Amino acid sequence: MPEYSIEVKSLTKRFGAFTAVDGISFAVGRGAIFGFLGANGAGKSTTIRMLCGLLSPTSGTASVGGFDIDRQPERVKRVIGYMSQKFSLYEDLTVVENIRFFGGVYGLAKRAIDLRMPWVLEMAGLQGRERSLTRTLSVGWKQRLALGCAVLHEPEIVFLDEPTGGVDPASRRRFWELINELSERKVTVFVTTHYLDEAEYCNDIRLIHAGRIVAGGSPRELKDEVIRNPILEVASDRAVDALETLQKEPWVLETSIFGTSLHVSVADEEEGRRLIRERLAGAGIVPERIDRIVPSLEDVFIHKIEEQSGSRGSGEAAP
Amino acid sequence: MNSLPIASVGPVMRKEFRQIRRDSRSLIFMIFLPAFLLLMFGFALNFDVKHIPLAVVDQDGGRISRELAEKFRTTEYFDVKAELDRTGDVDGLMARERIKAALVIPETFSEDLLAGRSPSVQFLLDGANAMSGTTAAGYAAAILQSYSQKITLEAMERRGLGGLTMPLKTEVRVWYNPELKSARFLLPGLMAFILMVILTTSTAFSIVREKERGTMEQINVSPLRPAALIIGKMIPYILISLASAHLVLGLGWVLFGVAVKGSYILLLLTMILFLISGLGQGILISAITRTQQVAFLISVLTTILPTFILSGFVFPVRSMPAFIRLVTYFVPAKYFLVALRAIILKGAGLGAFWDQVLFLAGFGVLTLALSVVMLRSGGEDGRKRGRGAR
Repeated sequence: MPEYSIEVKSLTKRFGAFTAVDGISFAVGRGAIFGFLGANGAGKSTTIRMLCGLLSPTSGTASVGGFDIDRQPERVKRVIGYMSQKFSLYEDLTVVENIRFFGGVYGLAKRAIDLRMPWVLEMAGLQGRERSLTRTLSVGWKQRLALGCAVLHEPEIVFLDEPTGGVDPASRRRFWELINELSERKVTVFVTTHYLDEAEYCNDIRLIHAGRIVAGGSPRELKDEVIRNPILEVASDRAVDALETLQKEPWVLETSIFGTSLHVSVADEEEGRRLIRERLAGAGIVPERIDRIVPSLEDVFIHKIEEQSGSRGSGEAAP
Repeated sequence: MNSLPIASVGPVMRKEFRQIRRDSRSLIFMIFLPAFLLLMFGFALNFDVKHIPLAVVDQDGGRISRELAEKFRTTEYFDVKAELDRTGDVDGLMARERIKAALVIPETFSEDLLAGRSPSVQFLLDGANAMSGTTAAGYAAAILQSYSQKITLEAMERRGLGGLTMPLKTEVRVWYNPELKSARFLLPGLMAFILMVILTTSTAFSIVREKERGTMEQINVSPLRPAALIIGKMIPYILISLASAHLVLGLGWVLFGVAVKGSYILLLLTMILFLISGLGQGILISAITRTQQVAFLISVLTTILPTFILSGFVFPVRSMPAFIRLVTYFVPAKYFLVALRAIILKGAGLGAFWDQVLFLAGFGVLTLALSVVMLRSGGEDGRKRGRGAR
């Protein structure tokens, strides 16, 4: 049994002159919940497609469940489950018919499907709706049914490509509970999302930006190691004006706006508080409060992406 | 693990049957539209012309002229709708479409005839519909010719040359032999046309729909082989098309009296071969298109036009220019049609058209093999383009 479920080395994919994935490397441990984060077009889906054996890499190698994705894509397909944001179920088939079809496609015998059926129905909360046409189900149900169909054949690894898109918060929470259950059974979960709050559920994270991995680690590590400078939250009803004022200051390392408050990264907390009050007062702004906050992953990624693009909030070099 | 690809044909086939059954509109499209088209074409594409409304202007009014008019009255090709005194009235009736033709017998008709001069008879025709116009002219000419022969013989008899027979005997023979109804020629062509259009369109649709809805991607990440997918999709569509073809055959027999003269097994074999090439074409179309609209457009263009024009259905291939004749080699309906006409109309055995069957089989194998390749690589291309656009 290999130590890692997924191992990626210098994986690159080019489409003509466009490099979608640019020499990424990482490894995913067995049973991990691996979060692969990034904006649309950052290279998430291309990476997932290569790992699922749908696309051949331009260069680099990767193994999934111990099989080489380029040389043994058919073997890879047998050990993985896949579910995408579109919840690719047959809308004109019933719940049970969908389960039977996907079971059959993965070569499960009728008996094996019958054994797994109650588990999928319970997991998706679809008991009593077995004969309903899939198109009549709510999005949350479809999502859980799609996950059930993706893990029917008990794969070692599940790829979830933006599985929670368009789903209400309650369903999203329930879905993440299911992902945790899978992880407890030693199923490796590879999940992409652009909801950063969801990334907090992952044990291991990579941030991909413009085809490159710009940050990685557990949520805790990312927050502790990447953000060494204190972050102050400045609440004000004139947040945009405050942002413009502070951005120009050389002692402000980074700024970003979150609704009606600013996140300001400074070298020293006390000095920062004093300077912020002083400068804002100069612009006629009285902040409602200034608090030191625990950085969110969003702060981490803004920091990382700005560092990567070289356009920092302030002109000062990183400490 | 490692189950044979053939084992996964079952789930695909069952799924496909369920989907077709739920989609009652396409089921009706596939089964009843062919029968409906047969009725439409069978009755509309009727080249036989009968009961042409005719006006007779008998200005002579004598015995002989009445006898001539009677000739027109007693044939089923013409219905005498009006008897007029003046030629001028013909115009009005024809303009109002009350009549399509008029026979004008001049005043001097009997006189000329008795005097041994050649009388002339005028036959006026509504040429608005060129096809039926020419046909009517043909009938009239034939009737007049036979009548004029009769008169000649009578005249000769009167001159004491009795017992003489004409060296050449002319009968009223119409180009469109009424015994050979158009429907009989059309039925095999219609079968090819209908099966091709319906099957190709349905197959292309069923795959492009999976692409549109994203289920194709789900299948692509599964261990299911493209060949298993294609075979699983093929079987239901072939069975439904065969049912549809039998409905067309049955209707052709009941309504148009076209019975299958030859071997039923041979008929079934050629139909299946033809259906496979139609399916292959549908899958090929689905491999290069990504929306149902485009798939529909291409299916219609690549099936209706060639099957109608280039297969020999309406226009004989023999009379086409060399280049177009070359193109017809790529129209599977052409081979099917030759074989079908041989089986249904002539009752011929395999010996008469084995080459056509061979071509048909070759075509089926080629399109299917191509579609398996295209489905795999075409799918990947589509995804690449999809990625680039995002």
